[in-house]
Amino acid sequence: MLNASLKELAGLLATKQVSSVELTRFLLDRIARLNPTYNAFVTVREETSLAQARSADERRARGEAHLLTGIPVAQKDIFCAKGWPTTCGSRMLSNFVAPYDAEIIRRFDAAGVVNLGKTNMDEFAMGSSNETSFFGPVRNPWDPGAVPGGSSGGSAAAVAARLAPAATGTDTGGSIRQPAALCGISGIKPTYGVVSRFGMIAFASSLDQAGPMAKSAEDLALLLGIMGGFDPRDSTSLERPEEDYSRGLTVPLAGLRIGLPRQYFAEGVNADVVRVIEEALTEFRRLGCETVEIDLPNTRLSIPVYYVLAPAEASSNLARYDGVRYGYRTPQYADLMDMYEKTRAEGFGAEVKRRILIGTYVLSHGYYDAYYLQAQKLRRLIARDFSEAFKTCDVIMGPTSPTTAFNLGEKSGDPVQMYLSDIFTIAVNLAGLPGLSLPVGFGDRGHPVGLQIIGNYFAEARMLNVAYQYQQVTDWHKRTPPGLEV
Amino acid sequence: MSLRLEDVHRIARLARVAVSEEEATLVLGHLNDIFGLIEEMQAVNTTGIEPMSHAQDVVLRLRPDIVSEGDQHELFQSVAPQVEAGLYLVPKVIE
Repeated sequence: MLNASLKELAGLLATKQVSSVELTRFLLDRIARLNPTYNAFVTVREETSLAQARSADERRARGEAHLLTGIPVAQKDIFCAKGWPTTCGSRMLSNFVAPYDAEIIRRFDAAGVVNLGKTNMDEFAMGSSNETSFFGPVRNPWDPGAVPGGSSGGSAAAVAARLAPAATGTDTGGSIRQPAALCGISGIKPTYGVVSRFGMIAFASSLDQAGPMAKSAEDLALLLGIMGGFDPRDSTSLERPEEDYSRGLTVPLAGLRIGLPRQYFAEGVNADVVRVIEEALTEFRRLGCETVEIDLPNTRLSIPVYYVLAPAEASSNLARYDGVRYGYRTPQYADLMDMYEKTRAEGFGAEVKRRILIGTYVLSHGYYDAYYLQAQKLRRLIARDFSEAFKTCDVIMGPTSPTTAFNLGEKSGDPVQMYLSDIFTIAVNLAGLPGLSLPVGFGDRGHPVGLQIIGNYFAEARMLNVAYQYQQVTDWHKRTPPGLEV
Repeated sequence: MSLRLEDVHRIARLARVAVSEEEATLVLGHLNDIFGLIEEMQAVNTTGIEPMSHAQDVVLRLRPDIVSEGDQHELFQSVAPQVEAGLYLVPKVIE
């Protein structure tokens, strides 16, 4: 049951071989047993989850079930869920109980999906290793001495350790794709505007996008079908018809043109990662795909551009945490200014404060043109690189991350080294394009390697088709970490 | 470009984040490393390039000017640090 696809689980529920209550109970017990090792969940509320499972079973009995009714899904702790602690991995929100539901939570509820618990994450989604969480780091199920990636590290580890059949994530610069790669699971960041940001705690609003994390492309397609869609409460939600992302999964790949960016196979990418990616590309060629070399000349610039734009937006978004309306307030203060400054000094961790300071500086008087405006202009050049590339290919492929999972503590003292690990994912957010990571093998230390598929705007169904076809002829997505064999 | 210690204090003040002398020194080192990375983008000539503020070139939607949310005053204030008679309490700002 642990390695079953969502469709298989749905089949078991539909034929009454298992009830949602039994399935949920089984996973909650597994979480209780294994979570102390991985720290993937920060909140579990057994009674609430089981009550949801009971109503899912009743709904099924009434014949009103959606395909995924009764299936438990873990939620990244960045999504407000009414009555649930919603901490965003921060001390600042460690006492915050959400008074309303995020749109994606509402959508999952409407489909009868059970909320299995809230997953650990880098504080305010700022990090690539899950080490900035106020609730402690998450451990990679493939190697407990290694990081799971971040910021959606808890979600990735939960799926990899088979604590949850699927989970949600958010991706501002790679936070779904990089942890998916490092934990050997599949994850997709949709086109900006496809999934509502309502009730999702904001980091960098022009880049933030939510998406599903699961074992396979087939599962991702089902989950994205629930998560995606127009929401009038998010001003950047796109008014597009609802989509069936599973519709094209079985289309053969013959004739697909895969673009390989020169810059994604250059210096700085570990040799074991390149080797595994090359093997995956050989498999795609066997499936009838052609590969063409392409150029994304501004790839290198995506890191500086991102580290101006994202902190600038974050410094503005995080101004709301002032100890007045919700969240943490320092216990001792002299006056209002002192209360603000101490509340924020104590409530935020080092990485969040660093980014607030960068953002405040680049937006401050006299520096706006040199930093913020220049970065916005370069953002356009980066987006143009992709539109040029898509004239000669259908999808782009390369490594999701230049390395496999690194050790806990290895990069946490050096922000620049940490930032560089997102070199291949960041440009996709800047352009607003969809990106998917799928497991394609293992590097030298037995750590998973992720292949990134980048598609043109709204090409999610096509990308899922590409990943699905690969997963029909390989079994990397079915492998489980040592000691967790199922 | 290189930031100085007084810049860190000035930015921290603007951002309403208290920093001790000890922290400021550590933060200064990190910020200078990060700005070293950021400076790479100054070398590119971007004359005539339109800034891109958003991934999709869409116009913000307007909605009818009608009440869409019910009164949830008490619910929303239930998570506030200090509330009295429906008001958020902060230290005295006016004598």
